[in-house]
Amino acid sequence: MSETLAARASASADERPSLARIFKTFLTAGGISFGGGVVAYLREYTVRGEKWLDDDEFLDALEVSQTLPGLNAVNLSVVIGDRLRGVAGAAVAVAGILIPGMLIVMTLGVVWEERRRNPYVTAFLIGVAAAAVGLLTTVTVQLGHRQLTHWLDLTILSATFVAVTVFHISLLWVLLVIGTIAVLIYRPGSHHGEREVKLPHPHFHKRRGLLRD
Amino acid sequence: MKLFTLFWVFALLSILAVGGGTAVLPQMQHMTVDQFHWVSNKQFRDIYSIGQVAPGPNMLMVMLIGYKLAGFLGAAVVGFAFFLPDCILTLFANRLWVHFAASPWRRAVQRGMAPVAIGLMLAGTVAIAKLAVFNLVGAAIAITVFGVLLWRHVNPALLIMAGGVIYIAAMFG
Repeated sequence: MSETLAARASASADERPSLARIFKTFLTAGGISFGGGVVAYLREYTVRGEKWLDDDEFLDALEVSQTLPGLNAVNLSVVIGDRLRGVAGAAVAVAGILIPGMLIVMTLGVVWEERRRNPYVTAFLIGVAAAAVGLLTTVTVQLGHRQLTHWLDLTILSATFVAVTVFHISLLWVLLVIGTIAVLIYRPGSHHGEREVKLPHPHFHKRRGLLRD
Repeated sequence: MKLFTLFWVFALLSILAVGGGTAVLPQMQHMTVDQFHWVSNKQFRDIYSIGQVAPGPNMLMVMLIGYKLAGFLGAAVVGFAFFLPDCILTLFANRLWVHFAASPWRRAVQRGMAPVAIGLMLAGTVAIAKLAVFNLVGAAIAITVFGVLLWRHVNPALLIMAGGVIYIAAMFG
C-alpha cells in the first residue's frame, strides 16, 4: 500500500489523468476488442498510447491480475485504475472495459434467443466454438510452456487437470488442496523455490497479447 | 429465490476463477447445466460462442445465462454477481500484494499457483472442445487456428469469424 500511496503523492494533481479520460480510454479498449484479447488492447492504450505505465509495470500488474481470482482483463482494469485515481479510477476503468461488451452480448443474446432454431445460426456458433478451442490451446501452451517442461510443474498441472476433467472434483477443493500443496512446494526456503527460473522467450510477452477470458 | 441463487452461483464462480475465465468453465458448465439445469450443454456452447464474437472479456456471456432464466433482470443480477465481488476483492488484494512486495511468500504463491492455473485452463479448453469438436470439420478448424497462431500473430476476431463461416460452408455448401 505504501508504494501506491507514495506513487500517488509524487504525482501532482494535474499530472493524474481525469476520471473521464480513464473512462474513455478503457471504454475504447472495451469497445474495439472484438474477438477478445482485451489484455493486448489495454497494453496498447495504457502503455503505448497514454503512457500511464511502462512495459515492466504493465507486466507486473498483469502478473498480479493473473494470480488473483477473476477475469484477467477486469482485474487488470482494477489494478491500473486504482493506481491512477484510487477507488474511483478503478470503478470507471471497470465500467469502461465492460459496458460496450455488455451491450453487444445482450443484443446478440436477444437475437439468438429468437433465432436459435435456425440451423445456420447454430452452425456458425459451432464453428466459432471450434475456432475458440484452437485459440485457447494456443494461449494455454504459450502461457504454460514453462510449466509444461519442468517435471514438478508438470505434475501439479496434470494433477489439477485430471482432478477437474476426469474426476470432476469441485474447483473449490482443487484450489484448496492442490493449490495449498503447490504453494507449500515452492514455500520460501525450499530448494524448489530457489530453482532458477528460465526467463520466458522474448516472443512470449508479445504473444501474451492473445490472453483471453 | 431464483435471482438469489443466480447471484451466489456467479459470485462464487468469479471468486473461483483463478487463472481467468477459461479456468472456471468446467465448474460453470457443471453448475449451470448439471446441477441447476438452467441451460442445456448445447445452449451453454452457443452462449459461450456469442461471448467470443463480442468485444470486451469473452466471459460477459454469463449474463445471457441470467437473461435466459429471468430476462433483463436476470442478466443484470448475473452481471453484478460476476464482476462486483471480484473487483472489490481484487482492489484490496492488490493493495495488500503491493504491501507484501518484499515477502518471500508472495513469490511462493505466484510460483505455486502458476501450474495450477495452467492445468485449469487446459481443463476449460477440453470442456469447450467436448461441446464443439465432434466432427472432422470442427477438428480441422481448431487445429488450423492453433497452427496459424503458432506460425504468426493474426487478429483473433478474424479467426473466430472465419471458423463460423467455414463451418456453415462445410455443412451447407
